[in-house]
Order: sequence, then structure tokens, then C-alpha cells
Amino acid sequence: MKALCWFGKHDVRIENVADPKILNARDAIVKITSTAICGSDLHLYNGYIPTMEAGDILGHEFMGEVVEVGPEVTNLKVGDRVVVPFTISCGSCFYCKREVWSGCDNTNPNPTVAESLYGYSGAGLFGYSHMMGGFAGGQAEFVRVPFADVGPLKVPDHLPDEQLLFLSDIFPTGYMAAENCNIHPGDTVAVWGAGPVGQFAIKSAYLLGAEQVAIIDHYADRLDVAARENPGVVTINFDEEDVYERLLDITGGRGPDSCIDAVGLESHGTSPDALLDYAKAKLFLATDRPHALRQAIYCCRKGGTVSVPGVYGGFLDKFNFGAAFGKGLTFKMGQTNMHKYMPKLLGEIENGKIDPSFVISHRIKLSEAPMAYERFNEEKDTWRKVVLSPN
Amino acid sequence: METNERSLTNFLADTSQNVGGAERLASTVAGGALVAYGLKHGGVGGTLISILGGGMLVRGTTGHCHVYDAMGLDTSEAKLRSPFSKGSLLTGKVHVTKSLTINKSADELYHFWRDFENLPKFMRHLESVSSIDGKRSHWIAKAPLGQTVEWDAEITSDIENHRIGWMSLEGATIPNSGVIEFRPTIERGTEVIVTMTYEAPGGKLGEWIAWASGEEPSIQIADDLRRFKMLMETGEIITIEGQPSGREPLPKAMTAKGGF
Repeated sequence: MKALCWFGKHDVRIENVADPKILNARDAIVKITSTAICGSDLHLYNGYIPTMEAGDILGHEFMGEVVEVGPEVTNLKVGDRVVVPFTISCGSCFYCKREVWSGCDNTNPNPTVAESLYGYSGAGLFGYSHMMGGFAGGQAEFVRVPFADVGPLKVPDHLPDEQLLFLSDIFPTGYMAAENCNIHPGDTVAVWGAGPVGQFAIKSAYLLGAEQVAIIDHYADRLDVAARENPGVVTINFDEEDVYERLLDITGGRGPDSCIDAVGLESHGTSPDALLDYAKAKLFLATDRPHALRQAIYCCRKGGTVSVPGVYGGFLDKFNFGAAFGKGLTFKMGQTNMHKYMPKLLGEIENGKIDPSFVISHRIKLSEAPMAYERFNEEKDTWRKVVLSPN
Repeated sequence: METNERSLTNFLADTSQNVGGAERLASTVAGGALVAYGLKHGGVGGTLISILGGGMLVRGTTGHCHVYDAMGLDTSEAKLRSPFSKGSLLTGKVHVTKSLTINKSADELYHFWRDFENLPKFMRHLESVSSIDGKRSHWIAKAPLGQTVEWDAEITSDIENHRIGWMSLEGATIPNSGVIEFRPTIERGTEVIVTMTYEAPGGKLGEWIAWASGEEPSIQIADDLRRFKMLMETGEIITIEGQPSGREPLPKAMTAKGGF
């Protein structure tokens, strides 16, 4: 089959590789009909995530048709149309039983590195480094899905792929980010990053009852999408205005009740701390560039919540923990507990409350994926979300 | 204390703090490997791995680990939770304790383990264990170069759903013994505590390490215990061995579904 393989920083290629096989009794093989490039794939593309190996197949947002099932997979049959969550969960450990699906104990075959770095390893992820299990991803024609009796969500035939595909990661991720804000009536939620996760976080914050939502970015096209999709949303371009002052203006001087960092470890920005982060990351003195997170902490009201769906991998420098302590903030974060949200959010799509396809900017063939990575990385204003079709 | 392994061992023993000799050796080896991996791969990730490896090297060469400081204060029972004693490399005796919580009842875990023939399903170095009678069993372990090591073992203690102890009988190349305890928790499954002791007769330390296929015993036991947990909780052991990658690209004609 053809698959998009990572070979190093800024080097991804389509290769012809062996077709995946069933390796365990609870596996299934899915023929991919649609897959997407995630903003977090750019962290791999830019070389920010350790333990990648040349030849790894990327991709953790995908859906398709079941073509083979292992003997223990009884809930799926050949021909079923499924969306596959990017986290792999066993369904029976302490964490899965408590709906902390991304903390699954049993799905990382190589937990030693994560244990050394983090103390414990979370769930295995598709196409996201060997530290996260080394599973071949779904930017390919076929994919092997471990614990297929737990993860894949069967989806109805009458909805097109592009409405369903984002149930694999970014819609639930944006939703969990908003849910983590514990939104109360009258709340203002500020979202950093108008990428796809930020867009879903805005929609989810409104779904969960936020009074006011502000979106912070410096890509005009991305802010325009947010404004078009969410009448009344406050857009803040950080290249043009002071974010803190504007947030105070719209909240009567209180600050937002919750702040969502939907940017993660490659935060942009032109303030001194952001430039210092950039220099340090270039010199390998720091791994993550947390400018957006620092600003979210600074802007959040006393006793508020900072929710972090953006991906972080290593160590943060000059982290303003004093501000967090001084204001008694609550932090919520982590890989999305996918399995908890997918059925509910499928319901929201079916009943017409949301059509997730609004985030798509480009629809291209899998064979063009290397070009798409390059353009997505360079032209974030217009390349917002790329959907790849293997056929 | 007798010294069988000269300069390196002396050096390790002199600076020994709280990490056992064999484990320090592994820390040193693994740390070195990580540094090499990191340098080879380069970039931010590689640097991170190198730093991690450097930390392990320090831990390995100084024998001091802060995590173990904390563990030393744990509810240690002398018999089951013996720390890695100073100079374990010198006497050729290695004593390892590992614990893990498994989301199954003590009853299920005990009965699976009590049938020693199940052990090779999750202990990678075992080829087979066969029952001789209710108390004794015959063990075959893999050794380097396709060879095997065999010995007989006997159950030394057996309290249903609580504890199983066993020990190799006279004549084993590597005398060894083990104890597993099952402790129920409140809504968290069962804490499983395994203690293994290996003896490498004088001067045979190198052989012993080779027998363990270059894998340090505490890592090997931790990995085995993790596989036991996976097998008990999910019925299988997660793997990526055999999945495709661009490391083994195929010519287009070789896959039915290939071709652009």
C-alpha cells in the first residue's frame, strides 16, 4: 500500500510499504477513506517530538471501512464504516474504566521512555513517535487498529466523510477543552489559537453555555473563519492589539473566566519572551515554546481555569507559575479522552447542531501529502485543515 | 567481601549509594545507549534523549537515585522489599522486587500464576515450564546462541489468593527463587509484588548477565510483570512487531494495493 512516511525534519514521503496485518486477536484492519493532517503532525514535521524513527507512518485522524477483524472483535464486521479515535485504549484497565481513556495502562508497547520522562506512560497513539507506542498511522491506504472492539465508532452511511472525520481527534479535543472549563452562566471563555482545535473549542464553549467567547490569533483568515462561524465572537489579532487590555475591556476588568491554550508547544508571538523561546528552542536549550500558555495564565481571572488541549512534549522555560499560584488558577489538560466524547458528538452532528466540515480548507490526494505538509507548515493563514483521500 | 569483578566493581562499590550494582550497570548501559541514540538522531528530540541518557549515566556511575530515596521510605518489609544491597555484584546475588497493580481479583491472578505452565506466556526469557507433580516443575529458559538452560523448581509456600513462593532445586546453573504476593485494594484491582533472587556462583557474573540476554534483571522483571498485567486485563499483549513502515519499502509491484 502507499503510506506517508516520516524520514526526518521537513522530510516526509509517500512510500510503497507492506499492507498491515492482524497481529492480535482484538485487532482490525481498516481501509482508509479519508484522513487529515493535524496541526500536531507539524510538531513531528518540524522535529519537535522525540523518538521518531525514519520510516514511521504518520497520521492519527482517519476513518474508513473495516476490511478484516481479529477473532475477538465481535462488535464490528467487515464492511462497517468507522471513525477511529487517535488514542488506543484497552477498555479494561483502571483508567479506561474511569473514562480516563488517554491514560490507558496497556496500549504502549514501549512505555520506558515515557516513564522516564513523565513518570508513567499514557495510552498509545497512532503515528505519533515511539515514545507514544510507535503505532503505524493512518495517512495510508490501510491501517491496523489495536483493541478495535473498544475504539472505532460506527457511523451512519447518510453523512459524508468530511462531516465525520474530525470525530477522530480535533472535534472531541476542542470539546474536552471547553468541558474542562466548567462553564457557568455568564462566563467568558478566551481561546488562544484559531486553528481547527480552537475553532471546535469556540463552538463547544457556546454549546456548553458560554456567554461570550474571544479568539486570539494573528492569522486573519483563521480569525475570519471564527467570526463567520460564530456570530458575536470577539476576535483579537495579537499583531494589532494588546491581548490583555482587550480581554479586560470585554469583561469589565475581571479577565476571562477560562482560558484555552489551543496552540501548544510551537507558539508564535513577537513579545520578548516568545523570541527568547524561539532562540532557545533553536539552540536546544528548551524544547517547548509556551508563549500562548504564559499569556493565557496572565490573562485568566482569579480562581479561573486554564485548559490546555495544545500539545506539549518536554520542558517549559520561564513558566509564570507565580501568576498561576497568585490567582489560584485551576489547570486542566491532557490528551483527549476520546471514547468518552465520540458517541455524544456524533449525536450533535446527526441532529444538525454542528457541521464540522467548516474547518476544511484543502481536499487533496494522499499522494500529494508531502506538498501539503510543506504548504500547511508555511502558509497557515490559508492552509487551515487538509483532508487527504487515498483513492 | 570477596571481589570477583575487579576494577569496575570496586569503583561501583566504593560510590554505591542506593541503586543496586546490577541495576546501576543497566542504568549505565541504557544511559549510554540513549546518549548515543540522541546524538545519532540529533535535533531537539535527540538532545532531549541524550540529556535523559546522561542522567541515567550519572545514576549508573554514582549509584544514587532520588526516586529510590523516596522508595526507601516505602512500607518495606524486610523479606519482600529488600533494597538492592551494596555490593550485590560482588557476592553474585541479585535480589529484585517489583510491584504493579492489576485490575483483576486476587483470585484470578493467583490461579493463573499458580499454573506455572502459564508463565512463558508473558515471561520472555522462558521457553517452557512443565509440571512434574503438584509441587515440582521443570523450567527451560532461553540462553544466548539458541541454547537453553534447564532446572527443576519446587513450590516453597502457597497460600491461596495471597502468596506463592518457589525455588530452584539442587543442580540449577543459576540458583533462583521467587515470591509473588497478591494484595487486594479498594476499587483499584490487586497489588502484585514479585521478588526474585538469582545467584551467580563466584566468577560467573559475566555469564549470568549474558544468560539474561543483556537485559538487566530488574528491567526484565518489570517488563514481565507489565506483560502479565496486559494479558490479565486485556487477554493479549500489545505489540507493533510486524506492522508496516517505510524502513522496509517495497517495489510497487509487490503489494496488491500498491501503485499510485
